[in-house]
Amino acid sequence: MLPIIFVLPLIQLIILSNAATFEIKNIKFSYIDNDNTSFSRALINKFEASTYFNVVSNFSSEKIASASMLKGEVDVILEIPSHFERDLSKNKKTDLSVIINAIDGATAGVENVYINQIVQRFNKNAQAKLIQPSDIVNKPKNISTITSFWYNETLNYKTFMVPGILVLLVTMITLFLAGMNIVREKEVGTLEQINVTPIKKHQFIIGKLFPFWVIGMGLLTIGLIIAKVLFNVPIVGSIALMYLYNSIYILVILGMGLFISNFTDTQQQAMFISWFFVVIFILMSGLFTPIESMPKWAQNLTEFNPIKYFVEVMRMVMLKGADFNDILPQLIKTLGYAILMNGLAVWSYKKTT
Amino acid sequence: MSILVKNITKTFKNLTAVNNISFDVKEGELFGLIGPDGAGKTTIFRILTTLLFADKGEAIVADYDVVKDYKSIRNNVGYMPGKFSLYQDLTVEENLAFFATIFGTTIEKNYDLIKDIYIQIEPFKTRRAGKLSGGMKQKLALCCALIHKPKVLFLDEPTTGVDPVSRKEFWEMLKRLQKKGITILVSTPYMDEAALCDRIALIQDGKILEIDTPQEIVKHYPKKIYDVKTDNMYKLIECLNTYEHHYSVYPFGEFVHYTDKREDFNPKDLQLFLEEMGAVNITIQPTETTIEDTFMELAK
Repeated sequence: MLPIIFVLPLIQLIILSNAATFEIKNIKFSYIDNDNTSFSRALINKFEASTYFNVVSNFSSEKIASASMLKGEVDVILEIPSHFERDLSKNKKTDLSVIINAIDGATAGVENVYINQIVQRFNKNAQAKLIQPSDIVNKPKNISTITSFWYNETLNYKTFMVPGILVLLVTMITLFLAGMNIVREKEVGTLEQINVTPIKKHQFIIGKLFPFWVIGMGLLTIGLIIAKVLFNVPIVGSIALMYLYNSIYILVILGMGLFISNFTDTQQQAMFISWFFVVIFILMSGLFTPIESMPKWAQNLTEFNPIKYFVEVMRMVMLKGADFNDILPQLIKTLGYAILMNGLAVWSYKKTT
Repeated sequence: MSILVKNITKTFKNLTAVNNISFDVKEGELFGLIGPDGAGKTTIFRILTTLLFADKGEAIVADYDVVKDYKSIRNNVGYMPGKFSLYQDLTVEENLAFFATIFGTTIEKNYDLIKDIYIQIEPFKTRRAGKLSGGMKQKLALCCALIHKPKVLFLDEPTTGVDPVSRKEFWEMLKRLQKKGITILVSTPYMDEAALCDRIALIQDGKILEIDTPQEIVKHYPKKIYDVKTDNMYKLIECLNTYEHHYSVYPFGEFVHYTDKREDFNPKDLQLFLEEMGAVNITIQPTETTIEDTFMELAK
């Protein structure tokens, strides 16, 4: 069992960190070129040059193109109107029609951004080419922004995801193990025997939790090594600080697991309830979807989500090099949570029925 | 008095598991709770070992009240639940050491008490408890229940699911422990084991039918019992039940235990009746009353 506890999460860490990315590649791109000038071909070339798009076909009419999208053969259709070049050079204005398969809204949104970026870049070049020297005076001043991404300069998704997924794994493993543990003793009947012994409640619970606390710390260690060695995630902040936070955080999760197992009679029940909480915690942790984009009530709910704090702390310390004072609010909330959950766990564990 | 139970009642939702039960067990006595499954034996055990609170009544174990002094009771009693409840993935030795530690003692300190039993399982001391046979599991559980030298030992159906040889050995062990001054409360659904107790309480549906020594309980049986046998058991029971003077008819091994309503019953009458009904190879002979007969009579 012990190798399983360590090996499976690490496989998950490696697979998920490589797979869970918001980058969309290999978009099946098609176009309808009604203009057929060097200008329109130049635009198509831009898409062909992009690593995100695979130009799969060139349709002669919108009807055929729509049919093809219905079949799922293409994701994006770009329609270039006739007189595209003429309108652009004469009127400085023309329209492009873009049709995106939006069955998956998130993907469609990202695709739209990619397309816009390409078209805009093309537009800029076109302006430079088409503008006559006499027009320069009238030309409006262009303001361009140069973005720099701090703490993750290359916008590497792995840098962003690995600390988060590490948090998930530590949480899931410790919650499930703790949740099922006392229930298992109930199922097997050993709890009955233990209950007639003079052992004290807190002795029993500490005895039950300590091994999982150690396992949780071990998981963090191995996870950090993989993050550094395999994914080369920068670890800017203090490792000791991460361990300090993790040691308190695991107490929250273990207390929660214990609390669950006090109210269940079988391992299935405990597993079911643990899953319920884990899924909610993960989806509302800000790991996959930003908390800022949730409705207000959901944002309020995330205040009770320990995973949220852990994800925040891990990202802050690992990527930003946050120090003790920076993570103090999270630390205090987590500590309070730990005291509450373990208090409830000890209170609800009864040696008599 | 080692165990004193006074008007204990325990109700689960709408089922009264134990109904106004009172009994007492003297120091050094081997007391048996005899009754079928669901009679309330385990509930009594759980109340006395402080795992369950009674709704009404009071109980005292080894001079401690089960509610007020539950902590002292846990230090002074040994409990062996009906279901094997030691750690199956610990070895025999580890289990014993674990329970010794919990009770704040060591195996060496009380070794003389468990020695007789432990030497039987010692060859397997590195084997995991889950891999032991039924009889050996019981011996290990008994060792673990004895490791802290309890004053009172609670054994809930210790011989259920154990082979006849191990059962016999187990009861011999209990007798030896009793000689060392340990009070033992044991429950069993086997009526033949009842005869081995000093005193027994017959329980059914949460009520005590009778408390006495096995010898006395048998004497209370009001009728003379006859073993009846023919070559067709099923037909025999049917016939006897139609016989106008029958009092009770129970199958008992290869015989049917028959009692008659009349004081001056003559087995010849029954012989004639059965012959009339077409039975062959008829045997009718008087027999000893057993606790099972008494129980069936009381449970009527």
